[in-house]
Amino acid sequence: MSELSWIFLSAMVVNNFTLALFLGLCPFMGVSARVETALRMGAANIFVLVLTSLTVSFLNAFILERAPYLRIISFIVVIASLVQIVETVIKKVSPTLFRELGIYLPLITTNCAILGLAIFQTNRDYNVFEGLAFALGAGFGLTLALVLMASIREETELADVPSIARGMGLVLIIAASLSMGFMGFAGLLSST
Amino acid sequence: MRETTQQEDFLRGIWRENPVLIQMLGLCPALAVTNNVENSLAMGLATLFVLCGSSLLVSLCQRFIPGEIRISAYILIIATFVTVADLSLQALVPDIHKALGAFIALIVVNCMILGRQEAFASKRPVGRALLDALGTGAGFSIALVMLGAVREVLGSGSFLGVSLFGPSYEPWIVMILPPGGFLTLGVLLLGLAWWQERRPDRIEASQRRQAGSQEAIAVAGIATSGRPTPTRGEAG
Amino acid sequence: MSGGNLDAGTLDVAPAQASSLRMVASLGTAGALAGLLIVVVFTVTLAPIEAHKAEVLKRAVSEVLNDPASYETLYATPQDVFEAPPAGGAERNAEKIYVGLDAKGRATGVGVKAAAAGFQDVITLIYGFDPTTGKLLGMKVLESKETPGLGDKIEKDLSFVAQFRGATPPLQAVKRVTGAPGEIDAITGATISSRAVVRIINESLERLRTPIEAHFEETSP
Repeated sequence: MSELSWIFLSAMVVNNFTLALFLGLCPFMGVSARVETALRMGAANIFVLVLTSLTVSFLNAFILERAPYLRIISFIVVIASLVQIVETVIKKVSPTLFRELGIYLPLITTNCAILGLAIFQTNRDYNVFEGLAFALGAGFGLTLALVLMASIREETELADVPSIARGMGLVLIIAASLSMGFMGFAGLLSST
Repeated sequence: MRETTQQEDFLRGIWRENPVLIQMLGLCPALAVTNNVENSLAMGLATLFVLCGSSLLVSLCQRFIPGEIRISAYILIIATFVTVADLSLQALVPDIHKALGAFIALIVVNCMILGRQEAFASKRPVGRALLDALGTGAGFSIALVMLGAVREVLGSGSFLGVSLFGPSYEPWIVMILPPGGFLTLGVLLLGLAWWQERRPDRIEASQRRQAGSQEAIAVAGIATSGRPTPTRGEAG
Repeated sequence: MSGGNLDAGTLDVAPAQASSLRMVASLGTAGALAGLLIVVVFTVTLAPIEAHKAEVLKRAVSEVLNDPASYETLYATPQDVFEAPPAGGAERNAEKIYVGLDAKGRATGVGVKAAAAGFQDVITLIYGFDPTTGKLLGMKVLESKETPGLGDKIEKDLSFVAQFRGATPPLQAVKRVTGAPGEIDAITGATISSRAVVRIINESLERLRTPIEAHFEETSP
C-alpha cells in the first residue's frame, strides 16, 4: 500500500479524528441531529481542513523552521483568518452556497480538529502531499462519523427512550458504540 | 442579568454550571486524556492555569481592547498562555508532557476558555474574573479527575498507578480505549439526569444544560464574525 | 478586591466604532507583548528540555547497546556512513545512527532508529546491532499507540523484548519456536504488533547493513 493511501485511510477510519482521537466533538454533538446538516458541516470541514493543511505546510517550510515556539499562536491566527476569508469569498462568489454552508463556517474556528490537524501534521513531518492526504482522510473521517451519528439520531428520535436518556447521555452512549465499531478497523493497515 | 456574589462567582463553575458535566464544553480534552488520573489532573491544572492567566489579562485590558477585535485579542492571549504552559510542562514534567502530547496545544480551542472571556472576564473587575476562572477551572479539573478515576480503576485496576485489586483482576481494557471515554461520560450524564429528575428543580437544570450547548455554538459563532450567530433549532 | 466598584452594566456597551488605527495598534501591542513573554519562557525552558531529550536518547542507546562507555552520532545512507550530515541530495535520506564505544574507544555496536506502521499507528523503535558478530544487541520501543494490554506488550513484555538480544537477523516472527536462528516468539494476542516490530528491524537492516558493515571494517582493524 502506498504511503499516501496509508495516511488517508489511517486518518479516515483507523485513527478517526472524532471517534478515536476525540477531535471535532463540538460539531459531532451539536449538529448531528439531521443527516443533511451533518453532510453540509462535513463538507465545510473538508474544505477548511484541506486549506489549513496547505497553509501549514507553507508556514512550516518557510517561517516556523526558525521559531518553533510560535507554532501554536501562528496556527490559530492562520486558521481564524482562513475561515474568515473563506466565509467572505463564498459570500461574494456564491450566495447560494453561502446560505447552505454559511452558518457552519464560523463554528469551524473553534473546532479542535482543524488545529489538531495542523499540530499532528507538523509533529509527523508530513510533506505537502502527505499533508493533503492526511487532511482529506481526516475530513472524510469526520464527515463519516457525523453522518453515521446523525442517521442513528434521526431514528432514535422516534424511539421511546427513558426520559433521563434523552439528550447528551444517549448521544454519548451511541458514540461509544460507534467508537467501538471503529476499533475493528485497527490492523486493517498493517501489511503483515 | 442578576448580579452575583463573589461566593457564587467561584462556586458556580464547580457545580451548578460545571463546564463538562452541565455545559458540555471542552469535551475534547475531557475524553482524550482521561485514561488515567495522573494525566487528567495534569490536563486539568494546565487548563486552570491558562484560564486564570487569560481571565486576569483580559479583565485588566478590557478598556484597551476595541470591541471589533476583541475575539482576536482573546485568542492571542489564550494562545500565549498555552505556549507558556506547553513549554513549562515539557521542561518540568517531560513524561506527562509526552503522554498528553498534542492535547496541550489544543487547550487553545477549548470553547470553555474563550467562552469565559467573552461572557464574563471582559465585563468584570479583575478579582471577580479571577474567582470565576478559578471556579470554572476547578470544576473542569474535578470533572476530568472523576472521569480519569473511573477509567483508570476499571480499565487498569489501579489508582494513580497503585494497583488496587491485585494480579487476579482482569482489567476492562475498553475503558482506557476511546470508547471507554464516551461510555464513562455518557453513564455519568445519565446518572446526573436521573439524580436531577428526582429533585423538584429539575426543569431548571435541564434548561441550563440546553442553554450550555447553545452557548457553545454561539461562542464559536462569535469567534470569527465578532457577532453572535443566530443558533438554529437543530443545534444542541 | 481591586476595582470592585466598577459597574458591570456600563461595560456591556461596546465602544462606538473604534478607528482602524487604534485596532491595529492594540493588536500590535498585544502581539508584541505575547511574543516577548513566549521568547522569555522559551529561553528559560530550552536548557532543561534539551537536557531531557539528550538523557532519554542516551538511556535508550545504552539499553540497546549493552551500556557502552560512550557513543558517537553518525549519519548513514544506503550508500555510505558519514561523520557529519551529508550535504546536497543525500541529506534527506540520511538517518542518524549511534555507534557505541567501549572504554578504549573501540566500536562495540551500532544503534539505529526505525519506524513503520504497526497495528494501530506508527511504531518507532531503536535497535542495537553488532556488525562483527552479525547479531542484534537489543531492541527498545520508543513510541507506539498499540492497544493497551495487548499490542503494547511489545514494549512492556520483558521476555518478548529479551528475545532480540543475541538474535541473528533477518528475523522471523513465529507462533511456535522451532529453534531456527532469528526466530522471535510472537506475543499471543498481539501477533500483528510483534510481526510489525520484526519487519521494522528487518527492513531497516536491509537498507543500512552494507554501509554499516563497511564502516566497521574501516575503523576497527
